[in-house]
Formats: sequence, C-alpha cells, structure tokens
Amino acid sequence: MSDTDAPVLRMESVRKTFGGSVVLRDVDLEVAPHTVTALIGASGSGKSTLLRCANLLEEIDDGAIWLDGEEITDPRVDQDAVRRRIGVVFQAYNLFPHMTVLENITLAPRRVHGLSRAEAEERGRELLERLGLGGKAGEYPDRLSGGQQQRVAIVRALAVRPRLLLLDEITAALDPELVGEVLNVVRDLKGDGMTMVLATHEMGFARDVADQVCFLDGGVVLERGSAEQIFGDPQQERTRRFLRRIVEAGRL
Amino acid sequence: MTLTKDESGAETPDPLDPYTPSARRLERERHKRARSRRATAIAAVSTLATAVVLYLVVVNAPGWPRTKETFFNGQYAREALPKVLEGLWLNVRLLLICGVAVLVLGMLIAVARTLRGPVFFPLRFLAAAYTDFFRGLPLIINLMIVVLGVPALRLQGVTVDPVWLGGTALTLTYSAYVAEVFRAGIESIHPSQRAAARSLGLSNRQALRYVVLPQAVRRQVPPLLNDLVSLQKDTGLVSIGGAVDAVRAADIIVGRSLNYTPYIVAGLVFVALTIPMTRFTDWVTARMDRRRAQGGIA
Repeated sequence: MSDTDAPVLRMESVRKTFGGSVVLRDVDLEVAPHTVTALIGASGSGKSTLLRCANLLEEIDDGAIWLDGEEITDPRVDQDAVRRRIGVVFQAYNLFPHMTVLENITLAPRRVHGLSRAEAEERGRELLERLGLGGKAGEYPDRLSGGQQQRVAIVRALAVRPRLLLLDEITAALDPELVGEVLNVVRDLKGDGMTMVLATHEMGFARDVADQVCFLDGGVVLERGSAEQIFGDPQQERTRRFLRRIVEAGRL
Repeated sequence: MTLTKDESGAETPDPLDPYTPSARRLERERHKRARSRRATAIAAVSTLATAVVLYLVVVNAPGWPRTKETFFNGQYAREALPKVLEGLWLNVRLLLICGVAVLVLGMLIAVARTLRGPVFFPLRFLAAAYTDFFRGLPLIINLMIVVLGVPALRLQGVTVDPVWLGGTALTLTYSAYVAEVFRAGIESIHPSQRAAARSLGLSNRQALRYVVLPQAVRRQVPPLLNDLVSLQKDTGLVSIGGAVDAVRAADIIVGRSLNYTPYIVAGLVFVALTIPMTRFTDWVTARMDRRRAQGGIA
C-alpha cells in the first residue's frame, strides 16, 4: 500500500456503549491522507465519542480501528505510541493552567518526543507566530481570550507533528468573532495537507473545508458523501430535516 | 474509571438492535482475561516470594528466639487482648467525638480565613493566629498544659476529667491541621466556579456553601482521612492524664510482666481499626467519581 491512497484512519463496525445505552453502532469510516472529514449531527449523536474512540480515550466494545494500516484497538498495542501520532483539540481547550503557553506547547515534544528544550521552543514559537500568537508565549492560559486559548491548544496538538488531527467541536465555546480566527487556522492546516477529522456545528465551515461529510444520528452514520452531496442533495429524510433546522436557525 | 467491560451478558436484547458480539470482540475479551489471569498469577507469586524471604530473614536472625518470647508471646497476647479492647473503646469514643468537633471547628476556621472584605479582618486574623499557634505547638505540650494546667486553676464548673481535657487538647491541635486542609481545598477550586456561582446571583456565602465546598470536600477526603487516622492514634496520648485507653492498658500489663507482647497487640488493634476506615473512604470516593463521569480515560 502506498502512502498516497491507503487511509490514515479506518474504522470498521465500531460499537460503543455507556452502561445500557448504545452510543455508536456499526460505525464505518475511512479517512484518506490529506483530507478533511467533518462529522455533523445533533448533540448526543455520537460525534465526540467517535473522536474519543479514535484516540483510544474510550475503549470500544466491538469493531476495530486502524491507524496507517495498524490496528490500534488490538489490546496488545501500545496506546501511548498510538496517541503520539494523533493530535487532539478539545472543545474546552484543556490547556494546563499551571503552565505558560510555551510550556503547554513544549511539554509533549520535550517529555514524550525527546526534543531538546531549545528545539522544542523554537518550533513552538514558530507555530505561535504563524497562528498570530507570537507575543503570548510567556502568558498563562487563564489570561488569554477563548479564541487565543483554542489556537494555543491547536499549536499544542500540532507541535508533535501528528499524522492525524482530531478536532472536537473546537469552536463551540467561542463567540462568533473568535470562531473565524480559529476556523481560519484549520483552513490553513488543510492547505498544508494535514489530515483531519472534525466534529462541528459550523455547517458553513464544514461545507467549505470538508472533503467528506458524515451525518451521524443516534450513533449511526446515516449518510456520508462529499460536502456538495450532503449539503446540496441529502438522500435521507433525517439529514434533510437536520439541515432544514440548521438553515432555519440561520447557521448555514 | 474502570475499564472492565462485562456487558455482553448484562446487555438486554433489544429487538431494534440485533447485536451479537463479533468474533473479534470475543477474541479481544479472551485476550484480556488471559492477561488479567497472568497479572494475578504474577502478583501472587511475587507476594509469596517476598513473604517467604522476609520470614526467613526474621526467623534466622540471631536474636529471634529471644525476640519471639518477648514480643510475640501467645499467652500474654491472650491475656492482654480483652484489656486492650476494653481500653480501645475509650479511644474509639474519643475519636468519634473529637473527630466531629475537629471537622466542625476546622471548617469554621478555614471559612473564616477565606472570607473576603475588610470587615472580616479581625476574624481572618484570629483564625490565622489560631492555626499558626496550634499547628506549631507540640501536641504533647498542649496536652500537658490542658490536662494538668486547667485543673490547677480550680475553676468552678470546669471538668477535671482527664478524658474530657485530653479530648479538648486533641481538638485544639487537630482543628488547626484540618483547617489548613480545608483551606487548601477551598483555594484549589478554580475561580471560574466561584464566578459562575456569583453570576447566578448566589451570595459569597451561598457560593461557598453550594458550589465551592462540595467540590473542595471531595478533594480533601484523602488528606482529611490522614488527619483522622493520625488523631485516632494520638487519642492514646490522653493516657498521660491517667485515663486508661488501649495503650495504657497494654502498658499496665507490660509493667507487671516485663513482656512487650501487649504493645504488639495494641498496635495491631489500632491498625485493624484504620484499615476498614481507609477502605470505606476509598469506596465512597470511587463511587462519587463513577457517578460524575460517564466515559473513562484509559
């Protein structure tokens, strides 16, 4: 398999339950390299759980997940090694409040990937500069705005040069003005060829940036296709209803 | 969070969800079971090996026969146990009463120290002075001052019972410790929580009572338990005033027989008292965690 066509992430009949309720049911997904996959759907449809499963933060009940052709849900696999190759950005930023921005960013490169302090800081500053946060390296997260914190979180995920980036509703906690600055960062990353899976409520953004859109409903991928197909000509009644509500709410 | 999954049997069959575990899942679960069996076996073997080594080292020590006679004498143990248990009842009562008093007083002092606003300065100052003083004062000296000094004043209506006075001294010292535990816990709650509570119109006091303290207490359970266990052992110190607790009961027999076995018995009895307490708090905190978080982090 060559690097160009083999999927970076592949899921096969993934099932996840919490207690008695089934959160993901028979989910299949393929994410080709350098593409962006958007997961859309109502709150509670399983988008975040799917991302958490992909990063092994949740243990799946059944099915299997592959990263670059290696099955990562095999119990023999080293989970930390898997996570080293995946970057995650959380909805609530999850920055470490006791560390400065630069320390947040250089933690994993230094402690996990064994970079020297100088190397890690150089790369960190370079990324910060690129995302317009050059002056904030010495600040503590609590002193930054939400949009700035989220951009720092993205830098933190990028600092380890991940193979795959998972973005879990990264703009949900931001006000509209700040949403733009974060989404622009994601657009730039797509331009750089970063492979991404993102759960989002920003339909306009999903339509612009996604190569593949999956509509989740009740833990099932009800419909999938290109952005034009899903937003332009949805086949399922549920998808149509969901998009209609979004349009009525003025979100598309 | 626990990651053990045993749902294949527990899941109720749903007509809309004709799910049967795949071969892949069954294989995975087989592997996990095998792995946990192996881990258990390794733990058992290494425990056994350690125990055997320790046993051989102790038993082959040159002074072992003499030590065994002096510290592990079955006859004295049988003689001491009822007396020690009788004395222990006093320790338990002291622990219960002082424990409650310490928690209440400690909480009041901690809250006094976290009050904001210039009006509360005297209160803050007093609370700070109290913790500084009683944390610094050695417990044994505190006990002697209270147990021996207070009766010497011959105050009308003030008890001279060494148990009550000893309990008072313990409460004074331990409230200072516990107040600091509470204060650290209160201050560890992120300011955004207080902000959220105040934004709902809750007063400072209500925010503390309904939002900050419940979160703080949860984090404080282990250090609080630490202090309570420590308190439980220090209840033995009231014997300096003449009260007969478990340690004193053992002491009396040792003084008569010159055999130290009763001390071992008293020690083991104290250990036996703390273990259930620790397990109980572990269980309570684990249950609280499970209720709060649905998913788990591997």
